Order: sequence, then C-alpha cells, then structure tokens
Amino acid sequence: MAEKILQIKGISKEFSKVRVLNNIKVDIEKGEIFGIIGENGAGKSTLIKIISGLYVPTEGEIYFEDKRITEFKPQTARELGISLIPQEFNLINELSVFENIFLGKEYQKIILLDKKRMIKKSEELLAMLHTQIQPTDKIQDLSVAKKQMIEIAKALAYESKLLIMDEPTTVLTGSEIELLFKLMNRLKEKGVTIIYISHKLKEVREICDRVMVLRDGQQIEIEDTKRMDEHKMATSMVGRELSQIFPKKNQPEVETVLRVENLSVKGVLEDISFDLKKGEILGFAGLVGAGRTEVAETLMGIRKKTSGKVFIKEEEITIKNPTDAVKHSIAYLSEDRQGTGIITTFDIIGNITLSSIDNYCKLLINHKKEREQAKHYVDSFNIRAASLKTRLEFFSGGNQQKVSLAKSLDTKPDIFIVDEPTRGIDVNAKREIYRFLTDLASKGISCIFISSELEEILGMCTRVVVMREGKITGILSEKELSEKEIMLYATGLKGVA
Amino acid sequence: MKISKVFKGFSMEKWGPLLALAILFVISAFASPYFLKTRNLLNILRQVSYTGIIGLGMTFVIITGGIDLSVGSMTALVGGIGILVLNAMGGGPWAILVAVIAAIALGAGFGAANGIIITKGKVAPFIVTLGTMAIFRSLTLYISGAGEFRSQSNLFPEVGMGYFLGLPNPVWIFIGLAVLFWIILNHTKYGRYMCAIGSNERVAKYSAIKIDKIRFFAYVIVGITVAVTAVLLSSRLNSISSSNAGQNYELDAIAAVIIGGTAMSGGSGSIFGTVIGAIILGIVNNMLNMLGVSPYLQGTVKGLVIIGAVLIQRKNNK
Repeated sequence: MAEKILQIKGISKEFSKVRVLNNIKVDIEKGEIFGIIGENGAGKSTLIKIISGLYVPTEGEIYFEDKRITEFKPQTARELGISLIPQEFNLINELSVFENIFLGKEYQKIILLDKKRMIKKSEELLAMLHTQIQPTDKIQDLSVAKKQMIEIAKALAYESKLLIMDEPTTVLTGSEIELLFKLMNRLKEKGVTIIYISHKLKEVREICDRVMVLRDGQQIEIEDTKRMDEHKMATSMVGRELSQIFPKKNQPEVETVLRVENLSVKGVLEDISFDLKKGEILGFAGLVGAGRTEVAETLMGIRKKTSGKVFIKEEEITIKNPTDAVKHSIAYLSEDRQGTGIITTFDIIGNITLSSIDNYCKLLINHKKEREQAKHYVDSFNIRAASLKTRLEFFSGGNQQKVSLAKSLDTKPDIFIVDEPTRGIDVNAKREIYRFLTDLASKGISCIFISSELEEILGMCTRVVVMREGKITGILSEKELSEKEIMLYATGLKGVA
Repeated sequence: MKISKVFKGFSMEKWGPLLALAILFVISAFASPYFLKTRNLLNILRQVSYTGIIGLGMTFVIITGGIDLSVGSMTALVGGIGILVLNAMGGGPWAILVAVIAAIALGAGFGAANGIIITKGKVAPFIVTLGTMAIFRSLTLYISGAGEFRSQSNLFPEVGMGYFLGLPNPVWIFIGLAVLFWIILNHTKYGRYMCAIGSNERVAKYSAIKIDKIRFFAYVIVGITVAVTAVLLSSRLNSISSSNAGQNYELDAIAAVIIGGTAMSGGSGSIFGTVIGAIILGIVNNMLNMLGVSPYLQGTVKGLVIIGAVLIQRKNNK
C-alpha cells in the first residue's frame, strides 16, 4: 500500500444551514494525480478551499502526512506544503514576475532584498516550466496563459508536497496544455501529489490516476481512470444519461445586421472586415492573444479604433463608449467574468438590471418589476440560488456566468457578443448556455461567438472567422469547417495576409 | 434556543450602529441627570445637524470610493460669501432668499470643481480635496482679512435659530435631507450606479455606466450639503469666523459615515447609519462636556470612537 499524504475523514461543510458538502471520505496517496469532477455547485471548490485552509469544515477531520490539521488557515496549509493554484489569479499586476513569485517569502541579505538570488531562482523555476518568461517581466504585460504559469511557479517556489490545481487548462492553448501535463508528470515522479480539478473530462482521463465524482455535495464514486471513460464520468456527474450536447444549428437569414470594414486599432488590430447576418452565430476562432477579445472591445467602444467603419443595418455608426453600444443594441458578455462582467458584492437583481436599469425606473426604481424580471431569468436559466438577495460572491462559476448572461441579455440586444461564454463551467451548464444562444439566434438575434474551444465553435457556428496576431486569416463557411482547417488558419500555415 | 433564533436574523452590519447608540444613550442617562432634559437633547440634535448634513453628502462620495476633505473649509468660504451677498442685498427676506440660493450655487460650483479635477484630471480625490481644503480656507481668510464676516440682517438668525413643531429648524432640514438621500441611494438609478462604481469600476464601465458623470455629481451633491450647513451655521451665529468656522467638519462628517457602517472602500453604505453615526458623535461630545473632561482631550475620545467603530466592523466581516 502506498503512503497516504492526505486523509479526508467525513468532511462536511454548511453555509448558513445549507449543506454544500456532505461526509467526504478519501485517502490520497503520495505522488498520485487525483482528479475531482462534478457540476458547478457540486462542492469541488468548497472541498479544495477546505484542504487549502480557506474554509473551516463544519464536521470531520483532515490528516496531512498522518498529522491532524487543527488550524484551517491558508498560511498554515502553505507551511505544511499544500498550495492552491486558483482559477482567478492572485498576482499583483504592477510587480514583476520574480517579485510575485517570492511575494511574502522574499530572500534577504541582512535587511535588504536579495534580488539577484530571487531572479536566479525564478529563472530556474521558469526553465522547469519551459516558458520564455523573464523574471523581470511585468505581470501586466503577460497573457492570461503566462500568468497561469507564474501561479504554478509560485507554488513550486514553496516546495509544495501537495498541489491543488483548479481548472488549470481553461486558459491554455493545446501546446501549453501538453507542456503542463509533461510538467505534472515530472512533478509526480519527484513525489509531488496533485489534486486536479477540471471540466475537461478528456484531460482528466489522460492525466489523472484516480478520479472522484461529486454531485450536489455528495461523494458519488472514486474510480481508477483506467476504468472510467468520458461518457461514464459525465453520466456519473449529472446522474442521468446526457443527450446531445449541441442543439440543432439555426440557419441565418440573408439580411446583414452588422458590417465591419477595415477596422484597425494601432498595434492591436489590423484591417478587420466581416459581416454578421440576422440570426447568425458567427464564430471567432484563434489562439489566445489572436485579438478576438480586442475586436469585441473595439465594437463596444472600450478600445478606441484608429480607423475603419462600422455599419448597423447598412447605416454607419460611431461608438465611443459602452453606453453608445448598448444604445445601438449591442451587448457584450465579457471573458473576464469577475473582472468586468458581474459585481460580486451585488445580488442577482442588482447585477441583472445593471445595464438596463432605465427600463425599470421613471424617477424611482420599480423594485417589484426588477424582482420579477430577475425571477424570470432565474427560472428560465435554471440559476441555482438560495435567494434573489444572495450576493454573487457565494455563487458557483456556472451560476455566476448565467447571471452575467442574463445581465447582457436584459439590455435586449440585436447583436450579442459572447466571449468564452463557457469558460470554467460544467457540461450541464454548458449545454444550457448553448441552448439559450441557439434559441436567441432562432429569434433573430445575431451572435458573435468567441471561443478557444474548437469543439463548441464547430458545434455552434455556421460560419467562422479565424484570427491570428490581430488580423483575420480566413472566414470559413459551413462546408469548409473542420478542426484541422481552423487550426491551419489559426497557426498561420494557411491564409497569411 | 429561542434567543439564538432571534439573533439568527440579526445583522450586525445593519443594526450595530443603532445598538451602539442605544447603549451610549442608556449610559449617558445614568452618567448625568441633566442628559435627558429636553433642552439638552434638542441641543444635541441641533449640534449634530451641521456635520450630519455634510455627512449625508459624504456618504455618497465614500460609496463611490472617493473622499472629500475640503468640506470644512468650504463651509467657511460659502458661509462667508453668503453673508457678503446678504449684506449687499440689504438683509431683508428677499436678500435672505438670494443669499441662500447664491450659497447653494456656490457650494455646487465648488463641488463641481473638485469633481472635474478628480474625474477629468484623473487625480486621486484625497489629493484634490486636500488641495482645495487649503485653497478654500486661504480664500476665506483673505477675503475677510482674517477677521469675521458679520451679517447686518436682523432677520437672518431666524432661519437657523427658529423652531418648527418643537424641533429646531436645522434638525428638520437634517431629517428631510436624510429621507431624500435615503430615497436617492436605495430607490433611484443614481444610487445603484454609485454602489456599482464603488464596488467594481471596471464592471460598471463595461456595463455602460457613465462613471465620470456619476462620480462628478457625488462631489456636487456634497458641495450642496456643505452650502446648506454653511447657511444654517452662519445664520445661527449671524456671522462666520474665517479661521474657526467649519474647522474639523471633514473629520466629523467622515467619522459619522464610518461609524454608521459605510465601508471606506466604497460599494455600499447606509444613510440611516450616517444619521446614527452623527448622533453618536454628538452624544459623546455632549457627555464629555457635561462630565467636565478637558476640551483638549475630546479629540482623543473622538479618535478612539472612530477607530473602535472600524475595528468592530472588521471583526464582524470576518
């Protein structure tokens, strides 16, 4: 029998009388990669937050290296050798890479910082990750994928014995994921234990030794991944057979609702031209950093265009700020949910009507109308919430995303730009979001669908714009669509301008 | 069992300040027999109204994530110029009306100046209002030759000294404004937007909210509350001292907001809390006077109350 590094004995957690985790029992062996899967709100995040000392369990005991953990504090967990790599990064944008890696555990020479040693150590850590990042780079200049690498480097700097990775691959591209998996295997050989949380079941199967399935706070099963295929995992997660993931595609009408001509933003976008039909779901594919989000931000007036024209229904318009965009019935669902999408300290109602409050008030806000509309969204989007007054910080990622979606939709857009709408949410919630978007399209709303997951681009879109380094490299019609074709354009092997 | 159930729904955030006020009230009643006299209580309420009214505007500014340090000096400048206008117009009823309107326009204008520099110039509110605090006081001293603005009107004191239905006029105005501000904060789009901006400015921006406009008006509004206080204060004394009027009002107004449970980080706040906070400060001052504590020590007590209030809130938020 292998050595046990972590023993979880009957852990339960309640939040204001609501049991979100019930009697979890598992022993995790030293040097294994242990997967945890489950739908949003199944209790995955709660469980890892308990292990990493952010929450105190209501019941039960945890032993780390045969010693009972008596104090649930992040600091204590870290000192024991437990590190959490969070989904939302904890990096200080204004500081450099090495300053972030050594934040809170700086090397010192007497009382001065020993920068040389920190930079050297950072170099070693970054080399281990096979990245080109320099220790002196500023965090704010790094892409999301690189920030992720820094989070991992940070954990490695603590010489952690147990790494907890919460959805580490959602922001990574294919080759970066491969690198990460190689790294995980190297760490495993060195005896580091990894708890791996992901919605990508294929990856879980590939990288994990064992997997635990959670559903509604209950531990459903723990199984060797050799004996679990993706279908079995998905069924176990939702507790029933899953039907078709993608709904039937809606065929767009001929009318053009949006036409973009030679849109450029200096140093960011070059000569972006495309059109969008009524009821179309137009995909935007490309690698991380290809400029897709920037197109959306320019259309919304968040970035200033340097040249180019935008037409809505053949009429040229100018959009200087998001207010103008909303006036022209354009809505945007941002990729950065907590940074730009929702206010976590507001409740459901406050978030949903944030952009559309004008529809609910003359002089005073009609709270009843607001509440009814929020209730309508909660029902039709199947948002799981204790009450309409619950603050969003207590919601799972998928439910937050649904609120964010409802908020954008409440401005009654004709053109709806969604940016990575299913990032970090589970299969079931994904399926629901696909269904809403297709429903909208069939009602004549046009949608720009930005995604890094080719599977959903192929499953949802009738036409796909592929971008690379701020330029459009190809626009593929339905007949031309395939994963390979998109990748050829996205990597620049085809269609270089 | 039952007691714990009662306390289950008890929100410290909401009722903490009121509870503190109740406890303070009981202690004060025992500490001094004079405390419960109607005259004394009315006096406290009147005293509280001046900085309380500014505290209402300050609540808005703090909710948006800002601060206004210039309110004390602005009180003196607006009050002083108001008296100059009053005297120039002859001091009759019409002159009072014109002076009041001028004062309010002036307060709104000064607030707008703060707001413009903060939003368009993108300078931190702390810095901007620290600068205007010095400017307003210096202008007051300069215009009056470091002396007093003295009203020549016999009618003017009626405004601030008068009573209506047994309560001093300033108290009525404080109550009326508190109700108005409560409505704005909780039942209008402007209130919702202020909270959104204070909670997360980027989300607010992406949500098509005109951030600069909302923040600008918060400073205009606090300027108007300053003008109201300036009128009431100058009318009670029928004069404004260029060096003393409005001194430390920024401290008292901010303290009332903080004691009332509004977070300095912005995003949410309570008008009711600010009113309670102002009254708590008033009672503390009153008790210190009645117990014969040296006036030089009163600042120490006030400081401790503010720090204590924030510490208690911190604890509860954990």
